[in-house]
Amino acid sequence: MAADMGGSYGSTLRYKTVDRLKPVGKHSLLGASGEISDFQEILRYLDELILYDNMWDDGNSLGPKEVHNYLTRVMYNRRNKFDPLWNSLVLGGVKKGQKYLGMVSMIGVNFEDNHVATGFGNHLARPILRDEWHENLSFEDGVKLLEKCMRVLLYRDRSAVNKLQIAKITEEGVTISQPYSLKTFWGFSAFENPTVGAEGSW
Amino acid sequence: MTKQNANWSPYDNNGGTCVAIAGADYCVIAADTRMSTGYSILTRDYSKICKLADKCVMASSGFQADVKALQKQLAARHLIYQHQHNKQVSCPAMAQLLSNTLYYKRFFPYYSFNVLGGLDNEGKGCVYTYDAVGSYERVGYSSQGSGSTLIMPFLDNQLKSPSPLLLPAQDAVTPLSESEAVDLVKTCFASATERDIYTGDKLEIVVLNKEGLHREYMELRKD
Amino acid sequence: MFRNQYDTDVTTWSPAGRLFQVEYAMEAVKQGSAAIGLRSKTHVVLGCVNKANSELSSHQKKIFKVDDHIGVAIAGLTADGRVLSRYMRSECINYGFTYESPLPVGRLVVQLADKAQVCTQRSWKRPYGVGLLVGGLDESGAHLYYNCPSGNYFEYQAFAIGSRSQAAKTYMERRFQNFMDSSREDLIKDALMAIRETLQGETLKSSICTVAVVGVGEPFHILDQETVQKLIDTFEIAGKEEGPAAAAPDTAAEEGGAAADQGATADQGATADEGVAPMDI
Repeated sequence: MAADMGGSYGSTLRYKTVDRLKPVGKHSLLGASGEISDFQEILRYLDELILYDNMWDDGNSLGPKEVHNYLTRVMYNRRNKFDPLWNSLVLGGVKKGQKYLGMVSMIGVNFEDNHVATGFGNHLARPILRDEWHENLSFEDGVKLLEKCMRVLLYRDRSAVNKLQIAKITEEGVTISQPYSLKTFWGFSAFENPTVGAEGSW
Repeated sequence: MTKQNANWSPYDNNGGTCVAIAGADYCVIAADTRMSTGYSILTRDYSKICKLADKCVMASSGFQADVKALQKQLAARHLIYQHQHNKQVSCPAMAQLLSNTLYYKRFFPYYSFNVLGGLDNEGKGCVYTYDAVGSYERVGYSSQGSGSTLIMPFLDNQLKSPSPLLLPAQDAVTPLSESEAVDLVKTCFASATERDIYTGDKLEIVVLNKEGLHREYMELRKD
Repeated sequence: MFRNQYDTDVTTWSPAGRLFQVEYAMEAVKQGSAAIGLRSKTHVVLGCVNKANSELSSHQKKIFKVDDHIGVAIAGLTADGRVLSRYMRSECINYGFTYESPLPVGRLVVQLADKAQVCTQRSWKRPYGVGLLVGGLDESGAHLYYNCPSGNYFEYQAFAIGSRSQAAKTYMERRFQNFMDSSREDLIKDALMAIRETLQGETLKSSICTVAVVGVGEPFHILDQETVQKLIDTFEIAGKEEGPAAAAPDTAAEEGGAAADQGATADQGATADEGVAPMDI
């Protein structure tokens, strides 16, 4: 079974090819939303972290738990300086058979769960994930589930664009898919005239 | 893209409720496992209870990042204590340390609401209750967090602690047996969950007595 | 009279390419009471001989817990050893604070060695006069390192430092091939035997030695006196002076040539069979 994990991919309105899923070292995968420049700063921190880790060359390496904790410290320290990194981060990974999935917010709130999401994903994707996630989700079903979430987000979150990537991390390493689009149908009558049928007392 | 941090706040309230009850030879510490932000639930299974020493347990609600920082700070201080003294810190000593740690950040406080429960040097149950900047008091029972306004008056009614103004000072421990205290805690949370949207999902109960530490869980409403 | 002109300052080289102050610091290690360490795939055992300074005093602590997964045994200036173990403890706590995982042993050892090295290159400092056996466990397994005042460090299967440590080394050199697959109990037994080798005529008692263990599923801890005495009794190794003890002088003689010019036998009774500590590499 592939480790089930999802970093949600939307995009900004300005750039159409922003990689928001990045591998970190051998065992971790990072997904982010928020300020792109702040994310790039985080990536610089992580590159340095992983470089120094590799320079020891002693058979020890930072796993997803360590990277997640490090990110939590970075985010929390910056909020303590009243100069936050404007991101929500999702970190997943597998090391020595241990699966890991956690998230960090811009003020340092952090937790682990079986599924996580950033931004609108918290409101729209996680209810779906809570319904449909289960322990023995196959990789294919995981992808289908993520696509279902992304489709809802695409319909409902106006800042989302129809171009996404899906990444997988296993014991063997990270693979990030080429960008692709979801099939959508905008011809629903409710979409064409949203006020019809929305007659309320107000 | 410009940073829109004009009205940014370094704090969030992640909700949650904590209760602790001290008995003659036991202490019950409980908290729900829901973590929220605004109207959304971040996770349904986040433990707010932190074991600080063999006979000392802290339950905290408020802002999770601050709570985590506080827990780590105390854990590190406890490690140093063990290296220097070769023993576990006592609950009253940890209570003072927690107060000092909170007050140290008086002008940029940890947004955390804590109850500390444990056994004192005589093996008697003890509960310490705090505000965010470190003022604290030893009591017989206490509740902190988002559901405390619902739970505290109920505990007052059920446990009728002697007034702290009485002379000579009365013992603050509750007259309940251990299992009665656990049942009371379960009732408290079941009730608080009904009205407080930040309380729910699951209840984690830690019981400390002379046998050691024991954990149990109870499901709560998930809506 | 000959007087060494190159040993008043740590940072002054001798024409032969030696730093005498650093070598003197390493001499301090040899004069301290012995400390030994050995490891298997899963466990590290540290041991030391406790020597009281006077009839009226008790001995000083020579084994320190650094973290749940690391401990040290020291020989030399105990005061310097305490400073260094406090440094190691705080490094472990700091690493745990950022990563919530234990600091890899090898990395701590390098940090420690770098700290010792600085003292060999600053005119206003002095080298640490202590040798540390660092035993620990991390994701790459059990490790035993020796940290020297010179800033050098080495990884070992088994090693001994301090006065009469050569006897312990000789004992362990003959047996180290089996250590990797040793059980915890066998390792402790070998540790006690090695400690016994360093005693001169004295019988092995729990009151004159300390043993500590760290291993898989077993956080670093110092065995209490009672347990150690029980082990000594069950292994029946208290005071037999024949066997391995008799074999020791032979090997020591081989080493004699190398050790002879090291000279400097001092009060604590460091004997001439002291091996050359591996620092002149």
